[in-house]
Amino acid sequence: MLSRLGPVFAIGLLTAPVAFGLAGTVLPAFGFLPALGGMRFSLAPLAALFAEPAIAASALMSLLTGLSTALVSLIAVMLFTAAWSGTRAFARVQHLISPLLSVPHAAAAFALAFLIAPSGLLIRMVSPELTGWHRPPDLLIVHDPMGLTMMAGLIVKEIPFLLLMTLAALPQVKPARTRTLIAAMGYGRIAGFVFGLWPQIYPQIRLPVFAVIAFATSVVDVAAILGPTTPPPLAVRLVGWMNDPDLSMRFLASAGALLQLAVTALAIGLWIGLEKLAARLRDRCAGAGLRLRADAPVRWAALAVMLLSALAIFAGLAALALWSVAGLWQFPDALPASFELRNWLRVLPHLLEPLRTTLIVALVSTAIATLIAILCLAREDEMGHPPGRGALALIYLPLIVPQVAFLFGLQLLFILIGSAATLTALILAHLVFVLPYAYLCLKDPWRAFDKRYDQLAAGLGKPAWRRFLSIRLPMMTRPILTVVAIGFSVSIGLYLPTVLIGAGRLTTITSEAVALASGGNRRVIGIYAFLQMMLPIIGFAVATLVPALIFRRFRDMQV
Amino acid sequence: MNTGLTETGLFLDRVTIALDGREIVALTRRVAPGAVLTVMGPSGAGKSTLLAYVGGFLDPVFEAGGRAYVDDLEITALKPEDRHMGILFQDPLLFPHMSVGGNLLFALPQDVRGREARRARMCHALAGVGLAGLEDRDPATLSGGQKARVALARVLAAAPRALLLDEPFSKLDAALRQQMRELVFAKARESGLPVLLVTHDEADAKAAGGDIVKIGE
Repeated sequence: MLSRLGPVFAIGLLTAPVAFGLAGTVLPAFGFLPALGGMRFSLAPLAALFAEPAIAASALMSLLTGLSTALVSLIAVMLFTAAWSGTRAFARVQHLISPLLSVPHAAAAFALAFLIAPSGLLIRMVSPELTGWHRPPDLLIVHDPMGLTMMAGLIVKEIPFLLLMTLAALPQVKPARTRTLIAAMGYGRIAGFVFGLWPQIYPQIRLPVFAVIAFATSVVDVAAILGPTTPPPLAVRLVGWMNDPDLSMRFLASAGALLQLAVTALAIGLWIGLEKLAARLRDRCAGAGLRLRADAPVRWAALAVMLLSALAIFAGLAALALWSVAGLWQFPDALPASFELRNWLRVLPHLLEPLRTTLIVALVSTAIATLIAILCLAREDEMGHPPGRGALALIYLPLIVPQVAFLFGLQLLFILIGSAATLTALILAHLVFVLPYAYLCLKDPWRAFDKRYDQLAAGLGKPAWRRFLSIRLPMMTRPILTVVAIGFSVSIGLYLPTVLIGAGRLTTITSEAVALASGGNRRVIGIYAFLQMMLPIIGFAVATLVPALIFRRFRDMQV
Repeated sequence: MNTGLTETGLFLDRVTIALDGREIVALTRRVAPGAVLTVMGPSGAGKSTLLAYVGGFLDPVFEAGGRAYVDDLEITALKPEDRHMGILFQDPLLFPHMSVGGNLLFALPQDVRGREARRARMCHALAGVGLAGLEDRDPATLSGGQKARVALARVLAAAPRALLLDEPFSKLDAALRQQMRELVFAKARESGLPVLLVTHDEADAKAAGGDIVKIGE
């Protein structure tokens, strides 16, 4: 009975905010916003937008960032999976990379900045011995005008995401069998995989790839931390206009959001063109029977890229942690001269309020999202079939429409109904992004449950609710808690929903951390980014320990 | 033995199951209390589908007709949990988050009241399959044969109206298999339960000693 509500809530939560948000964005872009006196449709906001200096450069930067992030991370994941899946090295790298998924984008971006900046850990390690530098070199590494550092920051975060998506799709194509079959025909490992397995895997990770493109074309936090400043990518400028105290800037911001929507759509359109081109190239190579057996350099390069991307974040996170407790730390010393907790003690009073908001929003939105995901899956059991392709595309809707394009309209709506900057509004905004992940991460373990347990319990005379509470839920404790930890980490990492819906009055650790980026106080940034990284880790630790404790007497409930 | 004249036991009345308009099972049979009806056929012939139909969890892609009765009760009119069909699968499927005793207590009917009484019944049921004293064990620590016995004790503890056996011996090794066959059929006779057994193993059918129906040939 109750499970009927699951899909209703899910569809409502996924579509209504996006639809209303888009409407709230698009209408003001054409001059219609009664609350601010815009009663007539006009093209003035768009004209004003295109009169902004270097707006085309900003848009182009966003477009290229989206495409190159998706291209590089997807190729790295594809080649790595092709070259190493089924080996022990693959399993090891997988274990190394998986935890990175829970590191918030902003924390990963800070980590990279702390590692490769002119006064970062890397240059300190080799200075002055190798470089002769006694002062940080005058290089524009972070905030470089080409946006390369920003792209690198996005790529190292998207690699774990695409790898996990690929891993989820991999078992369905029976890789071991096909690999043997193709190897027997004399194909190299990578060529065999790309010709034989990848065409079946890619359609399953296509929506996640689109999500990567949408995210990277419209990213704000990573761009603010690592991205170019003259001019910044489009989304960063948009947020500036949206938060401008001069309310008439909202028209300009709306027009910009519309442009953002177009840029993301164009990026995905170009990507679809690339897909076609790549498929044709693959078919030509496969048709020519190219064995491509001398692929050792590519295999090792793929492994190196994966290791490098993971190690860069880990080293950067270590640098962050060091800075948070550093006393005097002069260039080019590799380590601080002293360690102290004074930084923490000084920041702590300012931390508590954002921390409280962070935890409340993350816990409540995750709890609701998990509950809805469970109800949806229980409903699928009753219906006897999973949702169709349309419903699945709906799940990805909030991940594929650029956040900034609908959150801004949502912010206006919340202002109109007088609930902007309330906890309820913020939780709702987070829920829109947590729910897709909760559903996507729970569906496979949920469907993997052996239905015979349920039939058996029915034969023992137990009604459906009793079977659900006594058998299904306890046996699913571990995957459910994992999903809670994932949802929690997604909410912790959300930047834009917090900034726009919290409207500066409700702040979280992530929004505070990004706000500190321009200030450049490394000790304080270190503390916020460290916390950002630790909260998801604590979540996952709890999700692992709690079932281990509850079911400590039952071996089959461990693993 | 099944005389066909008694009004007790499990009665399959013109049961038909079809998939995409193609009939895979058509059966009218009576199984007397304590007797076994063995349904044989190659894998994929719809043997398990028949059990799912009687148990009440037939996949909606199948179209089913006919009725099933136990004594005078039409069980096909009831919800799965009201049918009280005891099922044994290939795997013991002990609930991994409950102790051996917990598995049995979960199965005991609610009308056995009082902690002590329930516990006594549970221990008695365990002793009945030769596993007295194992109630506090984690099911994961039992041997394959012990798990199969606990599964049998659990299904009997729920006081079922009939037993549905879905190749329950196929995953046991040869020596154990013969033992389990004898135990299961002895328990069914003892409790006067009609048994519907599906299998592709001739030896199962021989040990069951009842009528044999072949389907899907």
